[in-house]
Amino acid sequence: MTVLMGYADQVSVAPGETAHFMVSCDGPSRYRADIVRLIHPDGGPDAPPFQEEVIATAVNGDYEARVQEILIGSYGEIPTSPLFDALESFTLQAMVWPTRPGRGRQALLGTWSEAEHTGFGIGLDEAGALELRLGGGAGNVATLSTGVPLMVRKWYFVAAAFDAASGTMRLVQEPLGGSMFHNASPVVIEGHTDLQPTAGSGPFLFAAWHGGDADGRLRTSAHYNGKIDRPRLASRALDRAEMAALAQAAPTAGMASSTVAAWDFSRDISSEHIHDTSPNCLHGQTVNLPTRAVTGHNWTGEVMNWQAAPAQYGAIHFHEDDIYDAGWQPDFTLTMPDDMKSGAYAARLTAGEGTDAAEYYIPFFVRPPRGKATAKVAYLAATATHNAYYNNVGRFTAPLTELYQGRITVMDGTDMLPLDHPELGLSTYDRHRDGSGVCYSSRLRPASNIRPKGRLWNYCPDLFVVGWLEHCGVDYDVITDEDLHREGLDLLRPYSVVATGSHPEYYSKEMLDGMDAWTRRGGRLMYLGGNGFYWRIAYHPTLPGVMEVRRTEDGTRAWIAEVGEYYMSFTGEYGGMWRRQKRPPNHIAGVGFISQGFDASAPYRRTAAAADSRVSFIFDGVEDDVLGDFGAMLGGAAGLELDCYDAKLGSPPHALVVASSENHSNVYELVAEEVAVSHNATDATQNPDIRADMVFFETPGGGAVFSTGSIAYVGSLGYNGFDNNIARLTTNVLNRFLDPEPFEMPPQAV
Amino acid sequence: MFKIDPARVDLAREFKAKPYGEHSPDLQAVLTVMRGLPIEGKHVLVMTEPHRQWTLARMTGRPPKPELLSNHVFHSLEEAEWFVFKLRWEQITGQPLPLD
Ligand SMILES: [Fe+2]
Repeated sequence: MTVLMGYADQVSVAPGETAHFMVSCDGPSRYRADIVRLIHPDGGPDAPPFQEEVIATAVNGDYEARVQEILIGSYGEIPTSPLFDALESFTLQAMVWPTRPGRGRQALLGTWSEAEHTGFGIGLDEAGALELRLGGGAGNVATLSTGVPLMVRKWYFVAAAFDAASGTMRLVQEPLGGSMFHNASPVVIEGHTDLQPTAGSGPFLFAAWHGGDADGRLRTSAHYNGKIDRPRLASRALDRAEMAALAQAAPTAGMASSTVAAWDFSRDISSEHIHDTSPNCLHGQTVNLPTRAVTGHNWTGEVMNWQAAPAQYGAIHFHEDDIYDAGWQPDFTLTMPDDMKSGAYAARLTAGEGTDAAEYYIPFFVRPPRGKATAKVAYLAATATHNAYYNNVGRFTAPLTELYQGRITVMDGTDMLPLDHPELGLSTYDRHRDGSGVCYSSRLRPASNIRPKGRLWNYCPDLFVVGWLEHCGVDYDVITDEDLHREGLDLLRPYSVVATGSHPEYYSKEMLDGMDAWTRRGGRLMYLGGNGFYWRIAYHPTLPGVMEVRRTEDGTRAWIAEVGEYYMSFTGEYGGMWRRQKRPPNHIAGVGFISQGFDASAPYRRTAAAADSRVSFIFDGVEDDVLGDFGAMLGGAAGLELDCYDAKLGSPPHALVVASSENHSNVYELVAEEVAVSHNATDATQNPDIRADMVFFETPGGGAVFSTGSIAYVGSLGYNGFDNNIARLTTNVLNRFLDPEPFEMPPQAV
Repeated sequence: MFKIDPARVDLAREFKAKPYGEHSPDLQAVLTVMRGLPIEGKHVLVMTEPHRQWTLARMTGRPPKPELLSNHVFHSLEEAEWFVFKLRWEQITGQPLPLD
């Protein structure tokens, strides 16, 4: 079977700029690449047909296929040093909090090489017990295990001391105190070996073992799941009291002469840097973004912000399924022609024939030339949200999915990709294999679910908006969340109208500030989605293409952040819902998230407020009271995820709710953040709050906001060849929003 | 705990007539049991032709993956829902549903 996939290093490029495309193709000897402009997604029988146009570029053509590998799993790496090689006796020690003990051998720290059987290191053995490994070259290995497994999610002090003169190996495995009762025993065990470890070619690693070479990259194995705190290396076999002295945040002076390295993971938490506090400066770096800003062994529970007490956040949480950059070699490189029109594009890959035929889209967006707009309308592609959903696997493997969806779980061919290829990594909707939430997601890897065909979610239905703009024949630019994050108001300033996709859920502070400033300066926002402006995210300050989300104390959450781990590592900002940080979606959009359900969509019904002369332009030529009782997304314009007007949360008092959806099913439940005390009037058949509100309001600078509050909305635009009441009213809004005539704020009602 | 009463064939009829959208409280209780089955062995649908054809599959293994049951192909989701409803009815109550 053909396995075809790829990714690009850029998500948004301007004419004249360059994107590299990385491809892996297993099966056929060749594959074909074509650059296409996407005009309409494949929305099924209730939507206009799929439409793309091939753009003739220098890169269109046949390529030799090759398989490229993803080396998944995070670790810390300290480069090779003569200081490691010179050691005869040593002590290795750390505080550890294992999350999958007993699930295969797992590395903690050392120079041990699985490939060469050289060096030394401590890890967990098959049973989850502390183990020391010494290697003198192929097959010449000495090991010692405590024979007592570490308990899961419990802090331990672990150490191995080796005295070369006597050949004595000693292991110390001690559970640390805490408020929980347990019967974990402290273990000290000794053994003897005549083997003297020899130096191999690999570096000193945390949470993985050197596994040889992978085409010039480091291959690693035996990845550890869990936290490591205060790792230390000494140049002789220490006794227990000396180990305790070395384990101090600042090892005591008497330990100085035997300290080789005393790493402090609480330093440079926002970076990939690993800092050695010893004069040897054995610094290094993390690989594949293990989670930082996590509670350490000494966290008291009295402090929640790692910046306020970094010493209590001296741990790194490693996962065998962390991934940042797939690191593939480029297959082709496209410099965008100067006349390339702004739009939604993809590199369309095809390979194989007949039942072996495969197709894969690598989407990217072409923005207008920097500092310049080429239209008055901008479509804001929700690349932050797309990124959050990259390779969402939990949707298929969680038992709850069918309950909250209200239908049998549907997957398509590309959904299968990350199930068959777990090395593609996870989305921020998933949990790591050890049960902890995935808080980082990178786009520098293939994604199964960001494509213009197949199951309708996110990127794919967002293209309904592109299709509608194309149908309107209006000039539009495409800009992305990443551009908005970097450029803020400057990016939006030239535009009269910004239209969103179906689900702009993830916003950094920079993005929200930019959008807010623009709507206060005459900008006209068309929020054509549901559950927007919901989670606060951070982009990494220096690494491209990776975002962070912490699913903290409230909200509709695929997982819940560990207590004490609510502040984001990338920036130090408090994570979670914007609603819990003074800026609910209601402020910018007039509506906020209220419910979700995935069995059926419903129509809106026009309200009495729709007769107000302030909104007569919306209903020009629209006679129906029932709006959107059709559509490609579950048969109606209001569905999947719904937002409603709520004055308590800051929906503008002068906003007009011009239509509201009705008759949602039992599957539509009140969101968790609206339920303070459990009760059973939480589904749409019992709870009147559950509805999508279509809202309009003016802003002080002559601008305005139009919000639909429903993910399904965009799926109704193209129904019946765009001849329907939803397309009509949406186009009315677009046309009025393009008219420079300022909107007047209505006077306060008295 | 709620148990599905195999005598309540009326609820099966209600589901067949309208698999999606508002359901009676009694049918909703039945569906909650069926949809809450563990993931191992759970039936799912694989879209084998975009928006036009779905093939029944069963989640197997750890981590679970869909194993196609290629002799069960559907051309509407409603048809697939009804097929799986009947399978689950028999699986949970031990009695086949006396409806087509
Ligand atoms: Fe979402």
